[in-house]
Amino acid sequence: MSDLVISGVEAGYGHVRVLHGVNLKVSEKPVALMGRNGMGKTTLAQAIMGLNPTTAGEIKYGDVTLTGLATTKIARAGIGYVPQGRRVFPSLTVDEHLRILEKRNNQWTVKKVYELFPRLAERKKNGGAMLSGGEQQMLAIGRALMTDPTLLLMDEPSEGLAPAIVEHLGNSLKDLVAQGQQVLLIEQNLKFASSLCDEIVILSNGEIQATVSSSELVKSPELQNKYLGVA
Amino acid sequence: MTNTSKDTNLALSLSGVSRNFGGIRAVADISFDVSHGKRLTVIGTNGAGKSTLFNLIAGVYPLSQGSIHIFGQDVSNQPAHTRAGLGVARTFQTSKLFQGLTVRENLYAALRQALGEQKIGWLSNPAASEKLVDESTEILGKVDLLKKADVLVSDISHGESRQLEVAMALAMRPKILMLDEPAAGISPTERGRLVELLKSLDKDMTVVLIEHDMAVALAVADEVIVMHDGNMFLQGTPDEIRTSQAVRDLYLGSNHE
Repeated sequence: MSDLVISGVEAGYGHVRVLHGVNLKVSEKPVALMGRNGMGKTTLAQAIMGLNPTTAGEIKYGDVTLTGLATTKIARAGIGYVPQGRRVFPSLTVDEHLRILEKRNNQWTVKKVYELFPRLAERKKNGGAMLSGGEQQMLAIGRALMTDPTLLLMDEPSEGLAPAIVEHLGNSLKDLVAQGQQVLLIEQNLKFASSLCDEIVILSNGEIQATVSSSELVKSPELQNKYLGVA
Repeated sequence: MTNTSKDTNLALSLSGVSRNFGGIRAVADISFDVSHGKRLTVIGTNGAGKSTLFNLIAGVYPLSQGSIHIFGQDVSNQPAHTRAGLGVARTFQTSKLFQGLTVRENLYAALRQALGEQKIGWLSNPAASEKLVDESTEILGKVDLLKKADVLVSDISHGESRQLEVAMALAMRPKILMLDEPAAGISPTERGRLVELLKSLDKDMTVVLIEHDMAVALAVADEVIVMHDGNMFLQGTPDEIRTSQAVRDLYLGSNHE
């Protein structure tokens, strides 16, 4: 199993620097990245995927240096990305979204995605623009899984999903993790994040502020306020 | 109860509202009333038709069937701007903000409308009156965005843009405030602040809320509607919804406490 190793990464937009030297390692255990709004969580995800260039530092996945690589090559290195805001194609149907990624010998099949999200099977002939927000979210997750990623990078996958679906997704992800799926999860839903990840990394003002155990964070309103509250 | 006395007290009244998209019945025969000053939460499974229902009330889509009254006035065939004129303001599930303007400038656009200040040419004449500055500062403080006031919207985070959406809707000084998943994408502690903000809103304001986070949805609501497959599945008080086995099976899941 390859480790995702992020060392001293800096990134930003124009003249605004958002990440000030982030160090993070994801190994076999799933890691949740949490923090208040605007702290740089999504920027870090985009830096990993090559969607936002880094200005310093290095990101490696196993032997592959991801920094400087095209997003397509990063995806081929085994990282599956569920972006914030879904980004599904308005004119492609649910089925088309998934079928274009189907490969012989892949572990993930369209059928398996429909088993994970039965609602998507009901909507398979509908275009992306005709889906509700939550359905688009399911499709974005399904699409990432169809690439058979060794590491799944998810930016708020629970956003917009009904509670029962979040629970179902959490259970399914737990099964995947037990089978060796690596996960880096960005979340605002503490219950969901803590059900999947024992380790929660707090990002604050573009730096890793702390690493806490999820059971501790769930129990302690003080810690929640400290790490997730308004400064 | 006569029709007229009923109507004047109702902020919102839907009767047999339906909307089809091609062969799909997205919203099917929905009827409910919201009294002036009440808080209604709409919950439901993904794809149940919640956002479509919002779009029908706001006038984004025309109705396929049924009628909608706002403060007793039939708006079924009225465009969105007429309904906005009656005091309806809403947020969207995915943000629709001016990316090239700062947080505060976005708010000015909404505030100028509400304050009746010059509407034409405000982009070319960005000088803000003292009142605009004061009001925008107050509203940004309420949604915890004061620190980001002068940052371009294209540079703020997803969660912050959700907070700005709520600020924009509040700046319109609506009589009916409609919020589509305001807690999505914001941190647990910020959700707590959102609940406080919603609870502190003027009792004269009627609020309709779509929300999946039950801690937010039930804390704020007087009445809850549960939608499923375009239909009204259940209507009740927060306590009735909390204890309903049917809602648990359909929507909340077994582990929800």
